[in-house]
Amino acid sequence: MPTEVLMPALSPTMEKGNLAKWLKKEGDQVRSGDVIAEIETDKATMEVEAIDEGTLGKILVPEGTQDVAVNTPIAVILAEGEDASAVSAPSPQAAESAPPVAAAPLEPSPVAASAPATPAVVNSAVAVPPQPETVPEPDVPEGTEFVSQTMREALRDAMAEEMRRDGDVFVMGEEVAEYQGAYKITQGLLQEFGARRVIDTPITEHGFAGVGVGAAMAGLKPIVEFMTFNFAMQAIDQIINSAAKTLYMSGGQITCSIVFRGPNGAAARVAAQHSQDYTSWYSHIPGLKVVAPYTAADAKGLLKSAIRDPNPIIFLENEILYGHSSPVPKLDDFTVPIGKAKIARPGKDVTLVAWSIGMNYALKAAEELSKLDIEAEVIDLRTIRPMDVETIVASVKKTGRCVTVEEGWHQSGVGSEIVAQLMEKAFDYLDAPVLRVTGKDVPMPYAANLEKLALPSVQDVIDAARAVTYR
Amino acid sequence: MVVAANKSAVGRAPTAKAPARAAAKSPARRSDKMAAVPEFTKAEELEAYRRMLEIRRFEEKAGQLYGMGLIGGFCHLYIGQEAVVVGMQAALKQGDQVITGYRDHGHMLACGMDPKGVMAELTGRRGGYSKGKGGSMHMFSTEKGFFGGHGIVGAQVSLGTGLAFANHYRDNGSVTLAYFGDGAANQGQVYESFNMAELWKLPVVYIIENNKYAMGTAVNRASAQTDFSKRGSSFNIPGEQVDGMDVRAVKAAGERAVEFARSGKGPYILEMLTYRYRGHSMSDPAKYRSKEEVQKMRTEHDPIEQVRNRLLEKKWATEEELKAIDAELRDQMNAAADFASADPEPDPSELYTDILR
Repeated sequence: MPTEVLMPALSPTMEKGNLAKWLKKEGDQVRSGDVIAEIETDKATMEVEAIDEGTLGKILVPEGTQDVAVNTPIAVILAEGEDASAVSAPSPQAAESAPPVAAAPLEPSPVAASAPATPAVVNSAVAVPPQPETVPEPDVPEGTEFVSQTMREALRDAMAEEMRRDGDVFVMGEEVAEYQGAYKITQGLLQEFGARRVIDTPITEHGFAGVGVGAAMAGLKPIVEFMTFNFAMQAIDQIINSAAKTLYMSGGQITCSIVFRGPNGAAARVAAQHSQDYTSWYSHIPGLKVVAPYTAADAKGLLKSAIRDPNPIIFLENEILYGHSSPVPKLDDFTVPIGKAKIARPGKDVTLVAWSIGMNYALKAAEELSKLDIEAEVIDLRTIRPMDVETIVASVKKTGRCVTVEEGWHQSGVGSEIVAQLMEKAFDYLDAPVLRVTGKDVPMPYAANLEKLALPSVQDVIDAARAVTYR
Repeated sequence: MVVAANKSAVGRAPTAKAPARAAAKSPARRSDKMAAVPEFTKAEELEAYRRMLEIRRFEEKAGQLYGMGLIGGFCHLYIGQEAVVVGMQAALKQGDQVITGYRDHGHMLACGMDPKGVMAELTGRRGGYSKGKGGSMHMFSTEKGFFGGHGIVGAQVSLGTGLAFANHYRDNGSVTLAYFGDGAANQGQVYESFNMAELWKLPVVYIIENNKYAMGTAVNRASAQTDFSKRGSSFNIPGEQVDGMDVRAVKAAGERAVEFARSGKGPYILEMLTYRYRGHSMSDPAKYRSKEEVQKMRTEHDPIEQVRNRLLEKKWATEEELKAIDAELRDQMNAAADFASADPEPDPSELYTDILR
C-alpha cells in the first residue's frame, strides 16, 4: 500500500507552511532517515525526513507552493512492486484526519532554527476572524496606508525601531540572539545590533530578571524576553519586589524602565506547566503596567510605547497570535498609548470585553450573535493595568449588559475586577448580571479533547451573551 | 576535583592567597595564609577611626530610638562589622556603585550619605532618604552611588550584577560592590549571577559578610561549604578570605578585587570574616550564641579598638584627641536623632505618589 507523506507542523500552533524545496525527485529510492524536502514558515525552515523505505512514487505538491495546510499529503512513497499510477489525489477530508505517519519534523538545522518542537496539532478553535473593517484605527491619522504583517513581525519591528532610536535599549533572554528567538520574535536583531545589545542569557530566569532590573536601575532600558511567562514564575520576585516597588520605596529616586515580554497563556497541547495565563497575577500589582495586545498594529504600537515608558511593563503576548496577520499602519513612528481600550466592533445590545486571544472568541461570537439580531459591542482592552474602566462603563451604560472573556481562571481573574468595577460604577445601568467567560477551573490538560474543553469557546461567549440579553 | 578547581580559580588572581579552612571556624581570627596586612599611614588610621566610629555611634543612637518607639518594624544594626564597609569604600572611585541587603545603615554612611537623612528614614519622616516610604531596609542615593537597601535575601546580588552589566554596557570603567551575608550566600540567584558575571566578565566585586550567623543559624548548620571564598570556584571566580575586623586588611583586599574587576577580568569574591555584636534585628535576643563568644570578639577583635590602639601606640593621636573626635560624632548623631524626631511624617498625599513615574 503506498504511503502518504504529509505536510508536517513545525510547532503546535503552525497551520500552514511553504514547500520550499524537493531534495528527491520522482523515481528516486528513499530510505528511512533520508531528507526528502524542505518546508518553511515565517519563523523557521525544517527538513522533512522519510520514515518508510521505497521509491518516491509521486510528488503531489510541487516545490515553491505557498501555504500548504498541515497534514496535506505532499508525496507518496511506493513499496516494492507498487505503481505510481495506482495513486490518486487524496481527498481533503482524508488529509485532515490522518496523522502524519510517513514524515516527521527533524531537529532544526544550524542555519534554520524552529520553535521548540512539539507534536503537531492545529487548534482550529482559535482561527482568527477577519478584522472588522468598519472600525477606524483610533490611533492612526486618516488616509494612512496599511501593510499586512504578522504579530511576530510587528513585535520585531517595534524593538528594532526603538533600538535604532535609543542606544540604551537592549534585549536579553534565552535564545534571543544566535537562535533568532525561540519564537523568532527577535529575528535579525543580532545581525543589526550586534552581541552587545542582543544578549543570549543562560537558562536562569530569576538571575537574568534581576540583572535586567539592576541595569534598569542604572538607567538602561532593557527588554527582557521570557521564552514564555510560565518560566517567569521563577523571576516573579525580582519583577514585583525589585522592579515594581523600588520607585516607591526610594521615594521616587530610583526608576526602573524595563519591559518584560514573551508569550503568555495557553499555546496548544503543551499541558499544565506551559499553558498558564498570568494576566491577573501581574494586574494585581501597583507599580506595574500590564499590556496584552490582540492585533499586529497594537502589538507594534504598544511595544514601542512600553519601551519608552519609564516604568516596568509586563507585555503579554500570545503564541497562537504570533503568526496571524493584520493591517499595520505604515508610519515612521507609530505608537499606541498604554491604558486606552479600543472599540473593536460597535454594537448596542451587549458589551463583550476581551483582550489578547480572548478577542478571538469575542469577535467570532459577535459575528454569530449578529445573525441572531444581537449586536455586540466588542471592547479590546489592550492594557489591563491601568485599566480603561471609563470605556467599559461608557459602553455598558449604552448596552446595559456585559460579558468578559479571558482564557485565565475565574477566581480573582481580570473579569472579576471588571465585574466589580461595573458594580461600583454602572450598577444602575445594568439590566442583567455581568457574566464571565473564562478558562475552566482546572490545570490545562494535554489531551486534545480535554484541552478544548478547558479553554473558553465561542459558544460559551454566545451562550453568555444570550443569557444576559434574555434571548 | 573541587579542591583542584578552587586552586585554579584562586590562581587566576595574581595577589590572592589560598583561603584558610581554619579561619571559617573562627571568623575573626586572622589565618597565616591570609594576605599580609599593609600598614596604614597616620592619615589613613585617623580617617578609618572616624568613619567606623561614625557608624557605631549612629547605630547606637538608632538602637536607642528604637527602644523609645521612634523607629518601628525591622532594624538591623551593623555594630561590629564597621571595618568591612569603611575598608571597602576606601578602595572605590567616584562613579562606583554599592548595593546591599537589609543590614544597610553602615553602607549608607560609608558611601557618604547624611546621617540625618538616614535617621529620618528610620523614623519614617518626610526628610528621610525615601521620604519615609522605605524605612530601614530601603534607602537609596544615586548621587552617592548607593543602590539600596534590599529586603529579599539575595536579590541584591542579581541587581548588583545588573548594575555592573550597565557599567560594562557603557564601558564607563566603574565597578559595583554587591554585599551579601553568609545566609544569602545559599540563595540560588547568587549562583545564577556568578555564572553570568563571569561569562560576561562584568566589573563586580561580591563581598560576603560572614558574621557567623544567618539570623539564628550558625554557618556550619546551614552551609555545606563554610569557606565562602570558594563559592565561585565552579565559575572560575577567584576568591579570598579577609579578616573583616581589620580595616587595613579589608582595604588592601578591596583594592586588589576592585582593580581586578576594573581591568576587565571579571568578578571577584571577598569573604569578610566579621561579627555582629547585636542580635539579627532589634527583636532578637541572640540566644543561639554565648555571651562569652560576643565578649571575646569585642575585647580581642573590635575593629575600632584595633585602630585606636595603634593610633595611641604610635603616638599618632592622644586620648584627648580621640575623645574629641568621639564627642564630635556623638553631637552629630544627637543632631540626627533630634532631626529625625522633630521632622514631620510624610504628607498623607504621599501615599499615592511614586507608584508610577
